[in-house]
Amino acid sequence: MSTHTCTHSIAFTGSGGSGAITVGNMLLQQAAKNSLYGIMRRSVGPQIRGGESAAMLRFSAHPVSCPDDRFDLLIAFDWLNAERFALEIPLDSNSLVISDPANGDVPEVITQTGATIIDVPLKAMAKEISGGRVNMIGVGLLTALMDMPADTAVDIITSTFSKKGEEAVKSSLDCFHAGYKYQLQAKLSCPKLIASNPGTRWDISGNEAAALGALQGGVRFVAAYPITPATEVLEWLSPRLEKIGGSLMQAEDELASINMVVGASFGGVTSMTATSGPGLSLMSEGIGLAVASEIPLVVVNVTRGGPSTGIPTKSEQSDLNIALYGLHGDAPHLVLAPQNITDCIATTRWAVQLTEALQTPAIVLTDQFLGQSRCITPVPESPGLPTSREVAKSGNDKVYERYVITESGISPIAVPGTAGCSYTADGLEHKTSGQPSSIATDHHDQLDKRQRKLTQFEFGDNWADIKGEGQLAIITWGSSTAAVLEAAQRLELTGLSVKVISIRLLAPAQTDALEAELINIDQALIVEQSHSEQFYHYLRAHYTLPKDVSVYAEPGPLAITPGDITNAVQQLRGQAS
Amino acid sequence: MTNLAKAKTYKSEVKPIWCPGCGDFAVLSALTKAFAFLDLAQQDLAVISGIGCSSRLPAYLSSYGFHGIHGRALPIASGLKLARPELTVIASGGDGDGFSIGGNHFLHACRRNLDITYIVMDNEVYGMTKGQASPTTQPDWASSKLTPHGTGVRPFQPAAIALASGASFIARGFSGDPNGMTKLIIAAIQHPGFSFIQVLSPCPTFRPEQKLWKHQVEPFPHEPTDDPVKAATHLYTDDGMSSGLIFQSNYPVWSQPDVAEASIKQFEEEFIV
Repeated sequence: MSTHTCTHSIAFTGSGGSGAITVGNMLLQQAAKNSLYGIMRRSVGPQIRGGESAAMLRFSAHPVSCPDDRFDLLIAFDWLNAERFALEIPLDSNSLVISDPANGDVPEVITQTGATIIDVPLKAMAKEISGGRVNMIGVGLLTALMDMPADTAVDIITSTFSKKGEEAVKSSLDCFHAGYKYQLQAKLSCPKLIASNPGTRWDISGNEAAALGALQGGVRFVAAYPITPATEVLEWLSPRLEKIGGSLMQAEDELASINMVVGASFGGVTSMTATSGPGLSLMSEGIGLAVASEIPLVVVNVTRGGPSTGIPTKSEQSDLNIALYGLHGDAPHLVLAPQNITDCIATTRWAVQLTEALQTPAIVLTDQFLGQSRCITPVPESPGLPTSREVAKSGNDKVYERYVITESGISPIAVPGTAGCSYTADGLEHKTSGQPSSIATDHHDQLDKRQRKLTQFEFGDNWADIKGEGQLAIITWGSSTAAVLEAAQRLELTGLSVKVISIRLLAPAQTDALEAELINIDQALIVEQSHSEQFYHYLRAHYTLPKDVSVYAEPGPLAITPGDITNAVQQLRGQAS
Repeated sequence: MTNLAKAKTYKSEVKPIWCPGCGDFAVLSALTKAFAFLDLAQQDLAVISGIGCSSRLPAYLSSYGFHGIHGRALPIASGLKLARPELTVIASGGDGDGFSIGGNHFLHACRRNLDITYIVMDNEVYGMTKGQASPTTQPDWASSKLTPHGTGVRPFQPAAIALASGASFIARGFSGDPNGMTKLIIAAIQHPGFSFIQVLSPCPTFRPEQKLWKHQVEPFPHEPTDDPVKAATHLYTDDGMSSGLIFQSNYPVWSQPDVAEASIKQFEEEFIV
């Protein structure tokens, strides 16, 4: 049990295919049914089967969006890959480790943590049941350990395995009961979480959330090229788009997918794709085309460890630079970042609305942590209507000029099929008509107009989430936000108030708005998950920061936890005093 | 209105950048005649291109157009067709754009068989960058500073590759035979599925020897076939200097499957535990 907040962190590990993630999913659903909240991260190896697989859960009476600093409990279905995940599952002398004697000695990397090791004969118990599996024994054990009622678990198991037939349901239930009874007799200790508000809850991943937000925003065409960890965005959309009059096409590569999106959006249909770092690199030229030809589109980039192929299955915030600066030429565009799993819905929806209104591409930066983690969340607010683009109408006497200079910089866009408004969109610099031009005045006029769209637009209050007051500000973005917010709560308990500023709209930079928030700030701590302090350098480029600035920047794949940040704050205050 | 007068209405006011004698003029003209013959409304027509001399073509038409980026005409055209299936979508460009930088898209557009017409103006050279070898250039062509000894690389076989990739309509046209080309373009647009026309379109500036093509290009010496084996034999015994319809088959055209309707609200309810 964490001393700071009422939460409980549990990890299941095993070789790939051992069912650790299945157990995690089931417990998450049980928590929701029992008026609790939870989050589950996954850590998997590149192998399809036989690699490492870990489900890392945290349960609470209140919504939780980040991992804790340590784990209360580790259940190992085998010890085959203990070294690979040991750093991701920090244990200490208060932790409990459930180990199966059939798997041999507990590895040193586990024993040296000082955790209490308890032997439970998972495999032997499973062997006594026809078709028995250790992971379902684990579900039973944990259900009893967390003092959750067996009947909700039975319902979840039954519905999960009903597709596989009666035998699968029976053996799973037998395993569950065996594990449940074992704990009732063994009475392993675990403090009970007191559930607070009952009510409907959602079980959603960030990738699903981004996809849902896209549909809510009005996306009806998606071009797709699979890439870890973004594929689930596309897989969720495919069967659903066609049911609401949209379509999805699997492209031959990311060059094709981004350009298909350009073509579909040129056709008047709100369009997007999803990818990760290597795909974003390939898409950069196409995104630049959308800037120059003023075509709305959204790219959801689920960042993984980089550079190059990097660490496809693990998280990092290191695609910030390419999202902000990856386009050649002066190419004003939008970059947005959701701050937690549920916020992937609203932020992606907002990105769709903004790209349609501003006719310039929007990149939504999530990451493997946000994208592939699932959380139990209160039902999100219902969205308003999607914003539509300013469309040119036929029947106008004037000659239609696609790129006409306007005060707002936004020119009405003609959709093919509209008589009297035909034009050729162009990635070449152009005159107001769209006709190619290399004349200085045309270039300057069009550069100004494309920039003006973004500088004159009123983005409102959603550019950042700001919580708390104090002389110390922690400035962060994206998936680091949840850990920062929890750190701020913990610091508050020690008597230190901090102001947390998490920037959602990274480009265009909202310089005046942020600087207004920094007026009474003496000291700032920048928190981000990158090695080269990308976010810090971005802030330095666009905003005047307080003189006293420190940076907490750590690369992936280890999650940034609240404790990392409270430590950083304490260190910084120690230096000050 | 005569067809000729009507054809002119498909031309825009923009003056082509092409050199005098460029074969692309004839392609532009044949396209407008085909549009006039088919009586297509300008607003329901979109011509999509990549980068290169021939890719400038959309701006010279009065239809909707997209002059995109190098090699990506087919993805842009495919996205447009998927989003707006009722539009007539034409993709156009050159041999470098279509077979080199855009080569992968060419293969997959052939397989995907969306109802798009793709016209490649093949002059066996990169013109806009001032005369480098393209995928269709003969290996011993040594007039480029970039490959002073020739490429030494076997030329790309557009029609044979289209056939192997599953294109359902394959033709070769010649800019020196504008009427024949117009007929091929009409047939290509009418064909349901992906229609590929390789147009032999000489470059008088960087490949002046191509002026002789008008004496060399013959009618394709075989009847069109729907048998890919026969078509392959025809193509492998052909020197590429011929024009006509080569292959046409009724491969299934990609289309959106019919599925039950649902609402976003229903998708949201799936998340309720």
